[in-house]
Amino acid sequence: MKFSRVKALVIKELLAVLRDKKSRMVLIMPPLMQLTIFAFAATMEVKNIELAVLDKDGGKAAVELVQRFNGSPSFTRVFPLSSQGEVAPTLEGEKAMAVLVIDEDFSRDVAAGRPAKAHILLDGRRSNAAQIVQGYAQSIVQQYNTDLAARAQQVGPPATLVARNWFNPNLEYLWFTVPNLIGMLSMVVGLIVTALSVAREREMGTFDQLLVSPISPQEILAGKTIPAMILGFLESLLITSVAVFLFHIPCVGSLWSLFVSLLLFLFSVVGFGLFISSLCNTQQQAILGTFTFMMPATLLSGFATPIESMPRFLQIVSLANPMRHFLVAVRGIMLKGMPFFTVLGIVWPLAVIAVVTLTLANWLFRRGLE
Amino acid sequence: MSAALVEARELAFRYAPGAALALEGVTADIRPGRVTGLVGPDGAGKTTYIRLLAGLLDASSGSVSVLGLDPAAQSDALHERIGYMPQKFGLYEDLSVAENMRLFAEVRGLPAAERTATFDRLLHFTGLAPFTKRLAGRLSGGMKQKLGLACAMIRRPELLLLDEPSVGVDPISRRELWRMVRALADEGIGVLWSTSYLDEAEGCDEVLLLSAGRLLFSGLPAEMTGRVTGRVVQVRGVSGNRRSVLRRALGQPGVMDGVIQGRHVRLVLASDAPPPDVEAIRAGPEAVVVPVPPRFEDAFLDILGGGPGGVSPLAEHMENKPHSEGSVVEARGLTKRFGDFTAAQDIDFAIRQGEIFGLLGPNGAGKSTTFKMMCGLLKPTAGQALVDGLVLGKSKGAARSRIGYMAQKFSLYGTLSVRQNLEFFSGVYGLEGARRWNAVEGMIETFALSPHLSASADTLPLGFKQRLALACAVMHEPPVLFLDEPTSGVDPITRREFWTHINGMVERGVTVMVTTHFMDEAEYCDRIGLVYRGRVIAIGSPDDLKEKVRSEVLPEPTLEDAFVGLVEADDQAGDSERRKEAA
Repeated sequence: MKFSRVKALVIKELLAVLRDKKSRMVLIMPPLMQLTIFAFAATMEVKNIELAVLDKDGGKAAVELVQRFNGSPSFTRVFPLSSQGEVAPTLEGEKAMAVLVIDEDFSRDVAAGRPAKAHILLDGRRSNAAQIVQGYAQSIVQQYNTDLAARAQQVGPPATLVARNWFNPNLEYLWFTVPNLIGMLSMVVGLIVTALSVAREREMGTFDQLLVSPISPQEILAGKTIPAMILGFLESLLITSVAVFLFHIPCVGSLWSLFVSLLLFLFSVVGFGLFISSLCNTQQQAILGTFTFMMPATLLSGFATPIESMPRFLQIVSLANPMRHFLVAVRGIMLKGMPFFTVLGIVWPLAVIAVVTLTLANWLFRRGLE
Repeated sequence: MSAALVEARELAFRYAPGAALALEGVTADIRPGRVTGLVGPDGAGKTTYIRLLAGLLDASSGSVSVLGLDPAAQSDALHERIGYMPQKFGLYEDLSVAENMRLFAEVRGLPAAERTATFDRLLHFTGLAPFTKRLAGRLSGGMKQKLGLACAMIRRPELLLLDEPSVGVDPISRRELWRMVRALADEGIGVLWSTSYLDEAEGCDEVLLLSAGRLLFSGLPAEMTGRVTGRVVQVRGVSGNRRSVLRRALGQPGVMDGVIQGRHVRLVLASDAPPPDVEAIRAGPEAVVVPVPPRFEDAFLDILGGGPGGVSPLAEHMENKPHSEGSVVEARGLTKRFGDFTAAQDIDFAIRQGEIFGLLGPNGAGKSTTFKMMCGLLKPTAGQALVDGLVLGKSKGAARSRIGYMAQKFSLYGTLSVRQNLEFFSGVYGLEGARRWNAVEGMIETFALSPHLSASADTLPLGFKQRLALACAVMHEPPVLFLDEPTSGVDPITRREFWTHINGMVERGVTVMVTTHFMDEAEYCDRIGLVYRGRVIAIGSPDDLKEKVRSEVLPEPTLEDAFVGLVEADDQAGDSERRKEAA
């Protein structure tokens, strides 16, 4: 491997991307847009819930419970129903996400210290949201119970303080989503830059030009890997800064741990990108290949669904997914301040993945000459 | 004379406000029952003109009517009545021949009852009947164009617009395409045939010559060639190096243009200029100057004010390559099999130092496969490709650093500037420090690139692109040059300039291998290897090949005649062999 040749390749690659206004824009704008959109769209929280209340009791305890729902920021509109007959049309017409039905004996039971019943009827068509709303409602009722118990015995902490933490999970979700997005968006950039650049050269005929020059396949690989790493790294720094300064995600861990994990992560991603590109002849194929890889990689990363709840077989497959390892590390570093050696313990498989994919890509590049 | 199908008046078009005019003040008619050639180099405005006629673009100024309709406003009505064959993407490569035709029949609304008859007629007409099940993507270049023509003909159009149908098509398929188009014109269809091959202009009934967006000439081809009648001569019986003779001839006053034609040198003289003195150009004691009939290209160069002169500043600055006996490039039993298909079989040839060797052959005959094996882009199944005595497979880096490579598409990095391209390629070839700087600066000076240094390669005019591509290929001063259709589509002046450089380098001892479909380009070769059905069927100088097909019917065969004749002879020999085997 000759340094000056690799250097020429790296400079060429960076210039090819950065001199083109369109590809410059593609590298900067979409990731920032995606970050903003995903950060808010991918939240697990349900907001602006409309709740209908059928209060058959009308007593003091029932009114207090309704007031608690009214006071919760998640339930933006709480409106009364006057008869049982209105319940079904309200849910059917999606006028409310849920209906709270309070039985006639509610206040009496509460006063007597007997178990009191209130029902919540949920719109099961929106199953995910329904579960979350149920969780909110449950916790409101639970808090109400705790308060009642405390009032009866005249002990315990002030109820309001505990309730507020329960009812504002917003921040916590953003904290979970945004670090994951750092991984996801850096992966897109790393993949696109590598997968497309080789395919573009094949389409333009410049790849043949490279192959008839004294450059070796290893030098070409290095010349593709290094610029993609540089661009991907800058991109992740940009996204991380936006995460920290705009979304106020804390970064309590050391920057060094973050950089080391990022570099290892990008290395493995670039390996996949080059592997994909060595299989593709056109940019169209390369884009398809990239997305074919992206979808399962995102699903098997633990971003949307916990890996522990996947079948054993998929859990093993997910070990080959760079995102899976990196997401654990980036969350650990940013949110928990994970120590460097623990981070290394998590990210070392990335190096293995990179070596395997780069070796395969190298082998396929050579095979292309047969 | 029947009414014109197309009437264009002062037609102009620009792609963006403020951009240069792609087409300027074109006034021309196209008549039924005639083949009208739309002739000009790449970037002259041919495609723009055709797209304006087809209603795919809206004229910036001026007017055009096609079949009495306004193409932009009444495009739907127009599309019912014309056939249009775009340069590429005309076919669906993943569909078979029959499926493509069915699709076009559907799209063009051919009534179901007429389909079978139409398909039969077109398949018979194009000779594609045996290949209906083959995927369009697996057809040869010539067959693709025939299928494209068939698809454009599905609704028997009144006007047929063909955008460069002969690009990438070998001479044999080209002749067949011409025969078809002739037959269509005889049926009364108006055909517009666009081409960058100037020799095709001579076969047209009428010619529209475009150059840089302007109509330089419209009328009969004979009118065009008439302007240089009596001013075109051939220097025959040249002894010694005909490339040096050409260079010296171009330096003579009164010589406007010159090319090499086999062992002769062809010259165009300025009006009233005397023929050059054979002594002055040192053509040898037996040299004679003979007047020859003019060609369309001679007249085109005359309009443009003559060729670029014969001196290559590139070769001037080059040192003589050390002399080597024996062959510099050699193919030894090169064989390539893809599965059970043999693309090249036992290819043998040897190229001496300072020789230009041409690889010619029909599409799909194994020419590209052979070329790729010689460059090391493809690994031979058996045999060896040697450059400077080194086997390409084994000593890759060392052998490759001796090669300069230039492909048809000018493999440049489009978003990189001229200087960045030069610096990149000098880096790739391992030039460092002062050597690198000298090489880059030297190329900028030799090819006069300094006004464009910071422009992106994509935005360069074609001529400069060609110069830059050549500069990138020869910056490391390779003793061997591999050229893959190097001047396809470029204007004749750029092509002459390119060959002046090549000739100059060859005089310095550089060895050249070139593939081409362009018979003009093949005339520059010292020797030609004709590849057909995976084998070399003939090898020799252009004149040797012409000699092989000379007959009473063809007393003065052109190189194209030789090409077609030799391939057909091989077909017949192959047939009789097969009959013998069968017997």
